[in-house]
Amino acid sequence: MSYAIALSFLVAALAPTIVRFAGRASPWILAILPASIFAWFLSLTGRVREEGSIVQQITWVPGLDANLTFHLDGLSLLFALLVSGIGILIVLYGGGYLKGHPQLGRFYLFLLFFMGSMLGVVLASNVISLFVFWELTSFSSYGLIGFIHEKERSRAAALQALLVTSLGGLVMLVGLILLGSMGGSFELTQLTLQDSLSEHPFYVGALLLILAGAFTKSAQFPFHFWLPGAMEAPTPVSAYLHSATMVKAGVYLMARLNPALGDTTLWLYLVGGIGLVTMVVGAYLALAHTDLKKLLAYSTVMALGQLTMLIGLGTELAIQAMVVFLLVHALYKAALFMAAGSIDHETGTRDVRELGGLAGVMPLTFAASLVAALSMAGLPPLFGFVGKEIVYDATLSLDSGAALFTTFAVLANIAVVAVAGIVALRPFLGARRQTPKAPHEAPFTMWIGPALLGVGSVVFGLLPALVGPTFMVGAASAVLGEPQSFELALWHGFNLPLLLSAITVASGVILYLAWPRLRTGFGNFDRLFGEVPRLGYEWTLDALARVAAWQTRTIQNGSLRWYLFVIVAFFVALTGATLLFRGGIALPDTTGSVHIFEVIVAIICAGGALVVVLARSRVAALASLGITGYALALLFVMFSAPDLALTQLFIETLSVILLTLVVIYLPPLRRSEATPGRTRPVVRDAVVSALAGGLVTLLVWGVIANPLDMTIPEFYGENSYTQAHGRNIVNVILVDFRAIDTMGEILVLALAGIGVFTLMRLRANRARAPRVFAYRLAPEEERGLVPAERTDIAGPLPDDDEWEQDERGPNS
Amino acid sequence: MNSLILRVVGRLLVPLMLLFSVFLLLRGHNEPGGGFVGGLMAVGAFGLYSLTYGVATARKALFVDPRTLVGLGLLLAVISGFGAAFIDAPYLTGVWFVWDLAPDFTLHVGTPTVFDVGVYLVVIGGVLMALFSVEDD
Repeated sequence: MSYAIALSFLVAALAPTIVRFAGRASPWILAILPASIFAWFLSLTGRVREEGSIVQQITWVPGLDANLTFHLDGLSLLFALLVSGIGILIVLYGGGYLKGHPQLGRFYLFLLFFMGSMLGVVLASNVISLFVFWELTSFSSYGLIGFIHEKERSRAAALQALLVTSLGGLVMLVGLILLGSMGGSFELTQLTLQDSLSEHPFYVGALLLILAGAFTKSAQFPFHFWLPGAMEAPTPVSAYLHSATMVKAGVYLMARLNPALGDTTLWLYLVGGIGLVTMVVGAYLALAHTDLKKLLAYSTVMALGQLTMLIGLGTELAIQAMVVFLLVHALYKAALFMAAGSIDHETGTRDVRELGGLAGVMPLTFAASLVAALSMAGLPPLFGFVGKEIVYDATLSLDSGAALFTTFAVLANIAVVAVAGIVALRPFLGARRQTPKAPHEAPFTMWIGPALLGVGSVVFGLLPALVGPTFMVGAASAVLGEPQSFELALWHGFNLPLLLSAITVASGVILYLAWPRLRTGFGNFDRLFGEVPRLGYEWTLDALARVAAWQTRTIQNGSLRWYLFVIVAFFVALTGATLLFRGGIALPDTTGSVHIFEVIVAIICAGGALVVVLARSRVAALASLGITGYALALLFVMFSAPDLALTQLFIETLSVILLTLVVIYLPPLRRSEATPGRTRPVVRDAVVSALAGGLVTLLVWGVIANPLDMTIPEFYGENSYTQAHGRNIVNVILVDFRAIDTMGEILVLALAGIGVFTLMRLRANRARAPRVFAYRLAPEEERGLVPAERTDIAGPLPDDDEWEQDERGPNS
Repeated sequence: MNSLILRVVGRLLVPLMLLFSVFLLLRGHNEPGGGFVGGLMAVGAFGLYSLTYGVATARKALFVDPRTLVGLGLLLAVISGFGAAFIDAPYLTGVWFVWDLAPDFTLHVGTPTVFDVGVYLVVIGGVLMALFSVEDD
């Protein structure tokens, strides 16, 4: 399993090169990857059925219990097949959709990177690795939504999706760690075996935090606004990430944790309730829109809500309905998205009001989307019918609330029937309309995907036994945590679900016919449930920007004197308080002897520091600072720490050079005259410096009052050569025993270098570079009319004497 | 800085300093030295050179952009950790190869050596990036 993920990442990295050299053949070459992964997972079906699950473990960070553990059970298998299977079609479709695009290679890079991450999410058993892959999907989704990065709307939409989902992911991480500490293991395979977790005092906290991640990822109300925004992505991306796979990650996680966290009242109300609201809101929000992709996006929100609701209900039938509807939805929604993309690609518009009569010109696309729409509407003999029947069956057989859940499920599905008609009938039937481009049938790569998915909807509908016993039963067993056995059938006889289905379809057809007149009426509904959450997001960011500007003005005001004061004062206050209240103040042991050289060096050291304070020019102060540093190096030599001495010497030399280079551009020190209206806080600085010096002295006394613990030096002394082939313990610690620390340090060093470099560049380019950062996503209607607002997130420039000095430069 | 003393001494010192920095880097595992100190030594050499002959000349003498060095160094450090995967050990565990080249000389080469070279390059690149851009201004 790890190879499938690693291979995806590898091919993703190579994709730009492959596209450059293979040109037109590249979609076909790249499709080999998802195809072979799909075939490989398919070949494991039998083993998963017999053994229940396959586990693979790779040690990663054993000290933190974070390991790359993968396990493949029925649920993971279903998701892995969906991810890789639809992946094949999307890779081909994307090649046709973005044919000749100069950045096709980058598109494939992100797409395949996403595929690897998504496989990681559904296969990971360790919660930490699950989180890592989870955030990687958000990250690749960011790259894909913002693929057309020249457009400000794309960038704003990408940022919105990233902020919502990755913040949710971070909250979820806290929940997952809580869960791990509750269950005593970070392995999902262990956690799902425990059923006393819901009595743990942390249960409510962990549940809320984890659900925050799942709800944001799966666009549950009130976080659903990012999903329609994400429709700025190229359509293959919407078909893949934002309908069939990534948005289901939250559903996957809830299903996965159902055995561990489910079956409580809180779970039922929260997951079932939010799912119910999302289902109804999403279904009717769709009807307010005329953009094909928006219609589909909101109906995806509805589907995600329905899946969440079914998990929340948690009965055997509900879970069966959940896994069946999962497959049903993936089949029809990916097909409809691809068909919508083909229409957009061929006609140049995806507004249903401007489309009509395309059936004659694009017969294959029409046929494929018709089948998909029929499955979406839940008509026999398609797989969607099987799915809807079992959903109604599940809500009807609830012990309590059956009427409530069934009513709302029927209401939501009525809207879905109407949406199916709007996206799959209106563009194709009726009179031909003038479109920006003259349409032709989409190329082969672009109709084969929806066609194959349509065939799937038909075949699985007629022969549900093809997927029932193998995939559906396995997935439902994994969600429920105990083996299941059930059969799917197209025909259940005349019963209540069938009647409800008939009512749904009939009302849906009426709604479809009345839609052109009703559409504007849904506008108010859209403003309330669609716009308000989005505005809430923008208000939050506005507030954040204001807080950031305020705290930059107050704390980081550009005055180095103030920065140093804050840093030193905090150090003194916190460390001093700890030392005072926790104890540890000790007087030095005066019995030892002091060598005369040590006294001399100490005097030089202190003298240098004194000259720094008294010096009348900056360069002189720096030079005496260097004296203090060199004297310190000398002390290191005396106490046999040659490595430290060497480093200290170099650091001292380089910092004097660097600081001198900066300082010679500053105006001379004017000690006596204060800036008008300001007094130089000499007394304050002197007090803080004295306190800091005194505190460090106390700390050193406290440290040497305790006998030195020799176990650590002894360990290194014994093992340095035998284990790490080196006799210089300092260096061995740096590059071997504690190499990860060194890695962090060189990263910091690199960032500091880049920081200085960027700051110097910024100064040079300040006149040109606009310091703005757009995150607003204007409503669709305003596209092209009102430019998205820009907000200065960095706040006004600091206004301080240090900064002004800097501005005046060497001539002042 | 146009100082005759600095120019003459710089011409003599810079190659020696660079040589010494490589020496420090390579001997670091057994004697005082290592990538960090070695890198600082090299920065000192290029810093002296840039002060004497100007930043443009120093940049030319370095051949590569300091930013490239930083990236290369970080990459080397990160990659060196993956060697542990081949002996099924946690990330960054040292992997060593030992050759008996002569009766009294055994060469030990391991992934920590690569790591130290990475540190060396990051130090050179990072500090020079700061130094050069401040000098440029």
